Amino acid sequence: MTIAEKILAKASAKKKVLPNEIVMARVNVAMSHENADVVLRSFRDIGVKRVWDNERIVILFDHRIPADSERTAATHQRLRKFVKEQRIKHFYDQKEGICHQILAEFGHDLPGEVLVGTDSHTTTHGAFGTFATGIGATEMAGVWATGELWLRVPESIKINVIGKFKPFVTAKDLILYIIGKIGAEGANYQSVEFHGKAITKMSIASRMVLSNLSMEMGAKVAFVPPDEITMAYLKKRTERDFQVALPDKDAGYIKEMTIDISDLDSQVACPHSVDNVKKVSEIAGKKIDQALIGSCTNGRLEDLAVAAKILEHKTVHPDTRLLIIPASRSIYLDALKNGYLEILVRAGGLDLNPGCGPCLGAHQGLLAPGEVCLATTNRNFKGRMGSPEAFVYLASPGTVAASAIKGEIAEPC
Amino acid sequence: MLIAGKVYKFGDNINTDVIYPGKYLSITADRNEMAKHCFEAVYPEFMQKAKPGDIIVAGKNFGSGSSREQAATCLKYFGISAVVAETFARIFYRNAINLGLPVIIAPGISKKIRHHDDIEINLENGIIKKMRSGEVIEAKKLPDFILEIILHGGLIPYLKKKLDIPYN
Repeated sequence: MTIAEKILAKASAKKKVLPNEIVMARVNVAMSHENADVVLRSFRDIGVKRVWDNERIVILFDHRIPADSERTAATHQRLRKFVKEQRIKHFYDQKEGICHQILAEFGHDLPGEVLVGTDSHTTTHGAFGTFATGIGATEMAGVWATGELWLRVPESIKINVIGKFKPFVTAKDLILYIIGKIGAEGANYQSVEFHGKAITKMSIASRMVLSNLSMEMGAKVAFVPPDEITMAYLKKRTERDFQVALPDKDAGYIKEMTIDISDLDSQVACPHSVDNVKKVSEIAGKKIDQALIGSCTNGRLEDLAVAAKILEHKTVHPDTRLLIIPASRSIYLDALKNGYLEILVRAGGLDLNPGCGPCLGAHQGLLAPGEVCLATTNRNFKGRMGSPEAFVYLASPGTVAASAIKGEIAEPC
Repeated sequence: MLIAGKVYKFGDNINTDVIYPGKYLSITADRNEMAKHCFEAVYPEFMQKAKPGDIIVAGKNFGSGSSREQAATCLKYFGISAVVAETFARIFYRNAINLGLPVIIAPGISKKIRHHDDIEINLENGIIKKMRSGEVIEAKKLPDFILEIILHGGLIPYLKKKLDIPYN
């Protein structure tokens, strides 16, 4: 069996499952951010008085923090009350940061488990060998009530990654390259497994970039098989027992591909879809009004480190606005301690609080008609970050930092 | 269950930011208010030209992107009676089913059906009929488990029955 099949077999108490089979799976962790308010409405509609397990539900705020409106403030207030009423054990108020980072930091991402979240980028947690997938609010209400949900067993794709990155080429460039090759629905409903020597050498942060953006080729789940690096990360964060699921030697994949990253160049996803991928060199010179480094995709310490390295003793172009959004409080503190934030702010960056920021067009740094933004985020859909007449390009933190200096899309150096 | 209606047509890769803009995600409870913003930013004409009862027919990867349930809710509460697409992105597909909005996968449908055609869908067997010509298109039959949820009107009524909770 593949990783996905093994975890779903265990979660549905079966010896074996096959792709396309629909199973009722027990959930280990159920995460919701502000849209827990939508879940709550459906939960009340079901009519169950108590949640199935107050230790397995995680609620947090990251999409619109601090509250951008009275309506959001009321949502936050309602949810804080619900958390108290149901004695939800794991609640992270607005101070902690983005769900896909803080779940990892607080030890909720465990190999071999089923984690569902009312957020499409829940695939991120597959970086720890967790069967992690995004679901809707109504079915989350069902999970709150019963602790289980229906899942179709996905087919699996195996991607072997070999070779060594050139300087400034990163996991972001690799995954954009893969999405460009496979297409926006090339892995729809499917499980992606990342294997190979290049993956085993990657940091946890880089692995999370791969799993996070696999959503943009439609993936249901995106695994990095757990190894020593995973165990070292988890050791400090959890005392819970878990069982690692690794694929069998005879596991069945519907597609296998091998990518040698040695010659890979920096990539950029052009408007208005994530699979519209070009080399940075093909689009270099495009003027940018806003540059954004952060988000659940690229707001981690190694991302801020490379940005700081490029922007040290430099100045952001006068016609470009640079936004910095660390993914969590812990990363924010580390970036302060290491001096990265000072470098970035001295260079002209505007530092925002950890959170989703303008990525989803809710608040903080939206775009006017005709404006161009180069961001390390994960979506460049029309109207995603403000005006439907604006243009969003996606690239690595290094590319965004170098471009912010020149005021136009440029190769990192 | 038969669903009949006029077709409102879209192309490929209609994502959930297009269906329901992120700036309205702070609307969490009032479903009729969500229904006022369908396709607002990119296809503002939809709100004027589409009618309750219409059936959306789209190309590949309908509902890609964010997990926002509002994208399915706004269509349901606007009165869209079903969505037929070549393929769906998985979370939108699940959301629609769980809200009791029928979603039908019909490979090749974009070329066979035009904007404003009158069609009838048989949910049980997946047959789509063009009313004027009588032409029949075979879509993918819904798995029994999913059909059952839709016929119950969504996951909530389905769960209420399963958990034996009385209707209010």
